[in-house]
Amino acid sequence: MFMFEKAVGGGRRYWIWILCLFAVMGLGFLSYLRQLGYGLAITGMSRDVTWGLYIAQFTFLVGVAASAVMVVLPYYLHNFKVFGKITILGEFLAISAVTMCMLFIFVDMGQPTHVLNVLLYPTPNSLMFWDMISLGGYLLLNAVIALVTLSAEQKGIPPPRWITPVIILSIPWAISIHTVTAFLYSGLPGRSFWLTAILAPRFLSSAFASGPALLILLCLAIRRLTRYDVGREGIQKLAVIVTYALTINVFFFLMELFTTFYSRLPEHMAHFRYLFAGLEGHVSLVPWMWTSALLALTSLGLLFVPAMRKNEKVLALTCGMVFLSLWIDKGLGLIVGGFIPSPLGAITEYTPTLPEISITLSIWALGCLMITVFYKITLSVREGFAA
Amino acid sequence: MMISRKRFLQMTGISMLLAAGERRLGALAAAFQTGSPASPGALTARRWAMVIDLPKCFQKEGCTKCSEACHAVHNVPQFNDRAHQVKWIWKDPFENVFASQENEFLTVTLKNKPVLAFCNHCDEPPCVRVCPTQATWKREDGIVMMDWHRCIGCRYCMAACPYGSRSFNWMDPRSHIPKLSPDFPTRTKGVVEKCTFCEERLVKGQLPACVEACPQKAMVCGDLGDRNSKVRELLGSRYSIRRKPELGTKPEVFYLV
Amino acid sequence: MRDQGLIYGGLAIFLGFITFPVSYNLVAGKTSKGPELKLPVAEKQCVAPVDYMKGSHMKLLMDWRENLVRKNIRTYTAFDGRSYTISLSGTCLGKCHSSKADFCDRCHSYVGIQTPYCMDCHIDPKLIQRSGE
Repeated sequence: MFMFEKAVGGGRRYWIWILCLFAVMGLGFLSYLRQLGYGLAITGMSRDVTWGLYIAQFTFLVGVAASAVMVVLPYYLHNFKVFGKITILGEFLAISAVTMCMLFIFVDMGQPTHVLNVLLYPTPNSLMFWDMISLGGYLLLNAVIALVTLSAEQKGIPPPRWITPVIILSIPWAISIHTVTAFLYSGLPGRSFWLTAILAPRFLSSAFASGPALLILLCLAIRRLTRYDVGREGIQKLAVIVTYALTINVFFFLMELFTTFYSRLPEHMAHFRYLFAGLEGHVSLVPWMWTSALLALTSLGLLFVPAMRKNEKVLALTCGMVFLSLWIDKGLGLIVGGFIPSPLGAITEYTPTLPEISITLSIWALGCLMITVFYKITLSVREGFAA
Repeated sequence: MMISRKRFLQMTGISMLLAAGERRLGALAAAFQTGSPASPGALTARRWAMVIDLPKCFQKEGCTKCSEACHAVHNVPQFNDRAHQVKWIWKDPFENVFASQENEFLTVTLKNKPVLAFCNHCDEPPCVRVCPTQATWKREDGIVMMDWHRCIGCRYCMAACPYGSRSFNWMDPRSHIPKLSPDFPTRTKGVVEKCTFCEERLVKGQLPACVEACPQKAMVCGDLGDRNSKVRELLGSRYSIRRKPELGTKPEVFYLV
Repeated sequence: MRDQGLIYGGLAIFLGFITFPVSYNLVAGKTSKGPELKLPVAEKQCVAPVDYMKGSHMKLLMDWRENLVRKNIRTYTAFDGRSYTISLSGTCLGKCHSSKADFCDRCHSYVGIQTPYCMDCHIDPKLIQRSGE
């Protein structure tokens, strides 16, 4: 199999990390078995808030997956050599993120054994159908691209020419996965919070900030843990991408606020009020949302100052803040906020339960494991570096 | 006559193809055989609709006969926990059911009054539009149906429904059903359910359970496609409102105020 | 050829293993006779020939469910021209196979398949009678 033998050699630190991940995954698997037996009642979801942490993680991670395009596009389309060492890392990040997305959808299903009905009775008028196609296709594209380019590199030959159109195809495909994911929400007449044409652009801008921020953190971590360096310039270019994307994201958000609060449409305002001020004493998401807003603004300030951006220690901190801020915004507020208040005006708050968090963590752990293994393979192919 | 091996194989192949084709054709013919041979005595309509006479309904304060009847007939479980509630038809204050009719000076005849809410059997149902498996669909007579065998429990329809008319089985409902009704299946955990306009009763010539149970005769169901029907008569003579008409879902449940 | 004993011994053990179900039944005095099913008393003929029902009752039930739920077809005309109301609880269990345990379950457990989840939702009329008593 695909150079997996390269993943089984490693130092003590490596194995401890792997074992920790397996432990988290094991716990989550046990929780999932409980969920399978008892039903989704073991989660914090309810009749009013019908999607929670799972679908929110899915939404956030589709963004991380799509963001690979931010390194693929400059490198392959514009021959931007600086990203030479990062591109494959971005592709592997995308593969891991898409896999996590699919798992998050899967654990959210009430009848997981019936999930193939989606293929058995294909329904093109459902956005869920298109989401399945775009996610599956994106996974396939990235897997093929990463495999082919990496094995060519291992053999010391240039990748075959047929891969170029595949890579070019993966660029619009990346945009499509997050657009279709936004369409899942933005086409629902009764959910005013999502019923906005700017949802897809917002999704993309936040994705292009959070994904590259994570990639910077991963590159810096790799440099510390191994001797492998993707190059300072590549990281700096990524930082510029994060800066632009985050600026646009904040701008889009302000546009949303303007339309909502100047028009003063009550149903539209209610969701923002709930998230940032609380409704009728229900305030459980308020601290989170303000944390997200403050983190976004602070990191934006830091990114704007070249001296700060160029200091890699500060940059790492900033990227962490960006990632956390956008995770709260999308992986917590966006989905849950859309359900509160309910169409009948009921305010039912949502708090994820322990089993639910454990299942969520286990999927994240699986993602981490995939990234670790993929990166280890890449590094050993590249220069014989070992962790 | 000698049959060569080649000829034999050809003949076998062709006859197998024919046999297979015939089976497929049979399946196709069955698929086209829609619009059942209506059972004798069944209540049918071109477009089912429901009219609710609110003043009549309000006369009987605290009455829950309709939802009791419905929930008993359809084996709807009773959960104490609000989060896991399953309800097909229930009452909510006017201000919640008709959220877009916001009016501080609402007449006392409507203010805070409990109004019936259930599936609107929309003409343009968003739930049907989003369902990835066609587990929910609109029948030719307008009833928005559910196929609990096919539902995968993704709850996209619940996000899409602007009326909160859909419920999910967060856990196995069997043990939460006060008294099993033998003529209707229960549901399993992990599927979405809602009012089905008592299509299983209509086919037997019975009115929907809620309509039948209403002591005030405040609920009237009938055919919008028939200009002489009771519902058309009521809608033609009295002012009616619908829930969130601005969303373009075209609800087929009308409220007389 | 010093491995001969090892090879034949191994083969014998292997054969013993894979024929274990047969030998076990022989020793336990069981035969390959099917389970004893409690057949309906009032009815002699099922909605389809017995051979078909043995092999394909699940397909028939699937067709019934597609017809009833999705096409609003409520009656089934059998091969012999009789018509039946499409209903698992009402017709199959209610009219003929009054004991699910002695019919459905007995055969399912004999062939070692997990009891299908039909009855998670469809109600065994027996259940009601019992709870009503």
